Amino acid sequence: MLGGRAIKPVLDVTDLRTVFHTQDGTVHAVNGISFYLEEGELLSVVGESGSGKSVTMMSLLKLLPIPPAEIVAGTVEFDGNDLLKLEPEALRQVRGGDIGFIFQDPMTSLNPVFKVGFQIMEPLKEHLGLSEKEARKRAVELLELVGIPSASDRLDDYPHQFSGGMRQRVMIAIALACDPKILIADEPTTALDVTIQAQIIELVKKLRQKLGMAIVWITHDLGVAAGISDRIMVMYAGFVVEHAKVKDLYKRPLHPYTRALLATLPTDDEEGEDRLKSISGLPPALHEYPNSCPFAPRCEHAFDRCQKENPLLMEMGDGHQVACWWDVEKGAPR
Amino acid sequence: MLNYTLRRLLFAIPTLLVISFIIFVILDLAPGDPTGQLPLTIPAEVRAKIRESLGVGEPIHIAYFKWVRGFFVYEPLYWLDQIGITIGDPSERARIISYATRGPVFDLILERIPQTLWVVGLSYVFGILIALPIGVISAYKQYSWFDQLGTFISMVGFSVPTFFTGLLMIVIFSVQLGWFPSVYDTTLDVNSWDTFILQVKQMVMPVAVLALYNASQISRFMRASMLDNLTQDYVRTARAKGMSEKVVVLTHVLRNSLIPVVTVIALGVPTIFSGAIITEQIFRVNGLGQLLIIGIQGSDFPLVQTLTFIFAILIVLFNLIADVIYGILDPRIRYD
Repeated sequence: MLGGRAIKPVLDVTDLRTVFHTQDGTVHAVNGISFYLEEGELLSVVGESGSGKSVTMMSLLKLLPIPPAEIVAGTVEFDGNDLLKLEPEALRQVRGGDIGFIFQDPMTSLNPVFKVGFQIMEPLKEHLGLSEKEARKRAVELLELVGIPSASDRLDDYPHQFSGGMRQRVMIAIALACDPKILIADEPTTALDVTIQAQIIELVKKLRQKLGMAIVWITHDLGVAAGISDRIMVMYAGFVVEHAKVKDLYKRPLHPYTRALLATLPTDDEEGEDRLKSISGLPPALHEYPNSCPFAPRCEHAFDRCQKENPLLMEMGDGHQVACWWDVEKGAPR
Repeated sequence: MLNYTLRRLLFAIPTLLVISFIIFVILDLAPGDPTGQLPLTIPAEVRAKIRESLGVGEPIHIAYFKWVRGFFVYEPLYWLDQIGITIGDPSERARIISYATRGPVFDLILERIPQTLWVVGLSYVFGILIALPIGVISAYKQYSWFDQLGTFISMVGFSVPTFFTGLLMIVIFSVQLGWFPSVYDTTLDVNSWDTFILQVKQMVMPVAVLALYNASQISRFMRASMLDNLTQDYVRTARAKGMSEKVVVLTHVLRNSLIPVVTVIALGVPTIFSGAIITEQIFRVNGLGQLLIIGIQGSDFPLVQTLTFIFAILIVLFNLIADVIYGILDPRIRYD
């Protein structure tokens, strides 16, 4: 797919398609997404709510409710296997073992009736076959790793005895329990207040240096993504619309949607002159596979070709890809 | 938790006293007459004497005081006496006496408890044992044929009254097939294998009728509670950790789902003791429910008052037990 890749990626996703069968018909949530993840790198996936970011990542490990969801096409190559073709038992070993997950809302992601220690020790016993005693020792190490004070005492506490930020640290500890090769973080800071958000981001940066796993960071905050990512993938309506190294993307955003997202970021150089900018309209729920550019109704550059043909990703040099018929740099159609 | 329980028990005392007084006043307002069922040939003055000897027509505060003293002082002392601890002079104690049988009310109740516990209690246990797995599977396989069938049977079991299912079963299994007796024989003495089989046979139909009814209710609760929890975020977390479906459903989801269901089950226990009045009538099980009916028909106020009050105690007690169990099962609840 992409030129100039030296190392074999840890994760290679090709043409992933996921639909939801609802009462109002089929909704196309993920429409042929391809991406890769190299060892130790951090890929941010950016887009509005409903752009298919989470569904894409959940599809990798079949964590969606199937039915109504259905993964209709694609391959997910990991460790020499196609995860989508694995037997349920083998897939279970990958979940929580080789690939860890952190979710958006730490207030509801932990089971309220079990002690935190039990919940951390579960994957340790399941995947690594540790005994009760060994698992407990490792759980203490994990809690210390994610910066929870007096870790060994806190194992016997219940989730409600932790604050939101501390619970998210517990979630991270669970995700990292079995030394995963990949960590998928699904908007892990969205439900937290800003100072705690910054702490969690710092923690993930530190853990990444220390443990060296690859990370997929789902967010709708381009500001956060700028600070931590190696590469950024911008999604809209289940399509990747732009994909670039982090510097390229911010220096030279090529897709009108990316530019609009960047324009919504608050700036501090002009003194409160402008109100916060927004993109008018909502992302569509696609009831059929589109024949036009799904962003066209909200796009300021849309012209007749956008209504007839859905642009696919085009290579713009040095791994920078964009799916748009309009060349923003020349101000003319491609 | 202990503190909370003790506090609740202390609060229960005034509550129960008020309840007992309300029951007493309502029964006093009732137009019944304990001599009403005696032959019409008995002259009026004899009737008046009978009433006087029963203690009917005393001013309400005196009658109430006598009953409270009987229930809370004399009866406990009598039973202590029976196990060998004598306090005071036993001959001066007036126990609560039934108008109809002239015997102590508590002796009547004790005679009836075994039948009720066996038939109604067992049906409750069976109902729970059937309902929990049905509820779990129905929720996990929502809209499957199993769930549809379970929903249909629950709706039937819940909406068709027990007197109808009872009679239907008698018609089919006693009259047509002759498998089970239609009348429950309390005098049956279980002392051999054959009599044991007979006992089981006569229990099958009343237990089945009530178990169907109980299971219908509880399985719906269980299903709803499981469905609530199956879509929770922590279930996704458990799956993302790579736990097997068995662990996800039977450990993570079930443990959370049982909390409200256990409460419902605990709150339902007092209804066992009040007996399934109608079912006991149909199968001629002479349990507590039937005793209450006879008491009401014969205007046997001491009996009705005492039975109703015992039910009230059980309801208050099991409300407390339900709350305590809730606190034990859900670590987020702290009572202190």
